[in-house]
Amino acid sequence: MYRMRLPPWLVLLMPAFVILFAVVAIPLVLSLYSSFTAFQLTRPESITRWVGTFNYEKALGDANFWAAFGRTVLLLTVALNLEMLLGLGLALMVAKVTHGQRLLRTMMMFPMMFSPILVGFQFKFIFNDNVGLLNNALQSLGLTDVAIPWLVDGNLAFIAIVTAEVWTSTSVFAILILAGLFAIPQDPVEAARVDGCTPFQTFRYVTLPFLMPFIYIAMAIRSLDVARAYDIVQVMTAGGPARRTELLWTLIGRTGYVDARMGYANAMGYIAILLSIVFTVYFFRKLSAARTSLGMGD
Amino acid sequence: MADVVLKGVQKNFGALAVVHAIDLSIVHGEFVVLVGPSGCGKSTTLRMIAGLEDISGGTVQIGDRVVNDLPPRDRNISMVFQNYALYPHMTVRENLGFSLHIAKRPKDEIDKAVAAAAEILSLTPLLDRRPGQLSGGQRQRVAMGRAIVRHPDVFLFDEPLSNLDAKLRTQMRVEIKRLHQKVGTTIIYVTHDQVEAMTLADRIVIMRDGHIVQIGTPLDVFERPMNAFVATFIGSPPMNLLPATVHDGQLRLADETTMPVPPGISVRNGRHVQFGVRADNIMPDGHAMPPTAHMAHVDMPVTLTEPLGTETLLFGTLAGTEVQAKMLNPRPVKPGEVLRFGIALDKCHLFDAETGASLRA
Repeated sequence: MYRMRLPPWLVLLMPAFVILFAVVAIPLVLSLYSSFTAFQLTRPESITRWVGTFNYEKALGDANFWAAFGRTVLLLTVALNLEMLLGLGLALMVAKVTHGQRLLRTMMMFPMMFSPILVGFQFKFIFNDNVGLLNNALQSLGLTDVAIPWLVDGNLAFIAIVTAEVWTSTSVFAILILAGLFAIPQDPVEAARVDGCTPFQTFRYVTLPFLMPFIYIAMAIRSLDVARAYDIVQVMTAGGPARRTELLWTLIGRTGYVDARMGYANAMGYIAILLSIVFTVYFFRKLSAARTSLGMGD
Repeated sequence: MADVVLKGVQKNFGALAVVHAIDLSIVHGEFVVLVGPSGCGKSTTLRMIAGLEDISGGTVQIGDRVVNDLPPRDRNISMVFQNYALYPHMTVRENLGFSLHIAKRPKDEIDKAVAAAAEILSLTPLLDRRPGQLSGGQRQRVAMGRAIVRHPDVFLFDEPLSNLDAKLRTQMRVEIKRLHQKVGTTIIYVTHDQVEAMTLADRIVIMRDGHIVQIGTPLDVFERPMNAFVATFIGSPPMNLLPATVHDGQLRLADETTMPVPPGISVRNGRHVQFGVRADNIMPDGHAMPPTAHMAHVDMPVTLTEPLGTETLLFGTLAGTEVQAKMLNPRPVKPGEVLRFGIALDKCHLFDAETGASLRA
């Protein structure tokens, strides 16, 4: 009887190949293919209707898509910078604490322990113009007597979303920067003090350059996070009202699953992923440059 | 241009006192080395002078200012650290010029000062490198250059050579001494290596357990140690110490060997002492320095030899204690061979057996 004999290395690698194909390769190829078709979830047979680059052209010519794209980049920029500054401040303060530092470090992680969906609901309540905590507080304090439409006005809603994002994720920066602070060698810091630096100059010229690699790692992680931001926004405003807080993935999610135009959604998704890749590459470049300048190699 | 005066300077870490009220005056231009075993408080003392540690008691004066409450940047000092402490993200040029840059000096003045320092320390070809691209010796030179560009009142060196290999250490020692001759600034130098202390210092300050044990010129502390600790700490190999008792003007060692009490020392009968003799003063007959007026002789079996070229170090056992002796114009010696040794008594010391204090008046 004839038996096919596969080489042992192939047999041993086979489980890995099978899993990779099932969970990565096939979905990837399928979604890429479908982005060139008029695939609609409600009409499965439409996946065979090849439309070429029509979906991509449509996305690139769509003002809504570009608005969402721009808003995502804006959210990324604002949230990351705020989180970096707050996280840096938090880490510097916690590093000074001698008693109960462990407890503080644990508490700093609390916001990350909640599901973003729940955080979204909580902030949706806080910013609610009618019963929300914020408006009630402002009115009780006599600071205003109008109900500020936090989640209705486009700019205010953006601020509300940024607040929620920053609240959940500042600790990513704080923890990584704190780790960096612990790793800083004391000698150069002391040398700077002897060399005539004020505490601020010591921070600016010695401590901060040592922290930059840690900051860039946090930036890289968080840029991926924010570039795919969906849950908090979906819960708080669902991209509305009237697309005023629309981000890339709320738009893509709605196009794919509500409007069922999966081919078009996939095309937008592929463009959106480019954004993530660009940011990741950018921050990793910065990271490796910062490491090289510190003589850490790469 | 500054004297440094320490008056009753103390350092406590909580209830633990690591420096006990030390007094020390250093005159301008002097090269003073603080030396002692690890944990003796020498680095802490230096760091208090630098302002990197708070002073728990007493005063530190640089020039005519008490600097206790001044931050390091206002003390006009420079420090060279054990681990170089260079700024890794700056080039050699930036490292050297950093303190002047912070002081907001004009750029051409900084360039001039950096070029001058680089010239003194032969760093000119390395100016555009980063510390990571330098060898240990080069990094140490950059650290020294960083210290000299600002023309401080005082240089502080904290074990600057202990991370270098033996050959480089000897080389850098010479460079530090040369640097001192060139710039003439006061230097306070901390080390645990007595060879560095002996070779570099104008005056040596020997510390132990947070106290100053003895202050003196290198020859002073070598020839007239105030106690057994200094005697064994300074000099290589360390001074041999043999327990003995005094009977009728004679020293009696543990094995009943007797020899006269070294001249110039008066000691009462029955006193328990330690007899101190350096390897340079116990040599086998025929391979020794010309005999002095006061010689004693002992027979001693040799257990081990360390040939050093011009001389050989002999290890033997005398009255139950291991003793190191020197042999000039060496010949091969087999282990077990018994040689007759001459001891130059006028160069020997007696220390109190309990307190360790020298019995030389």
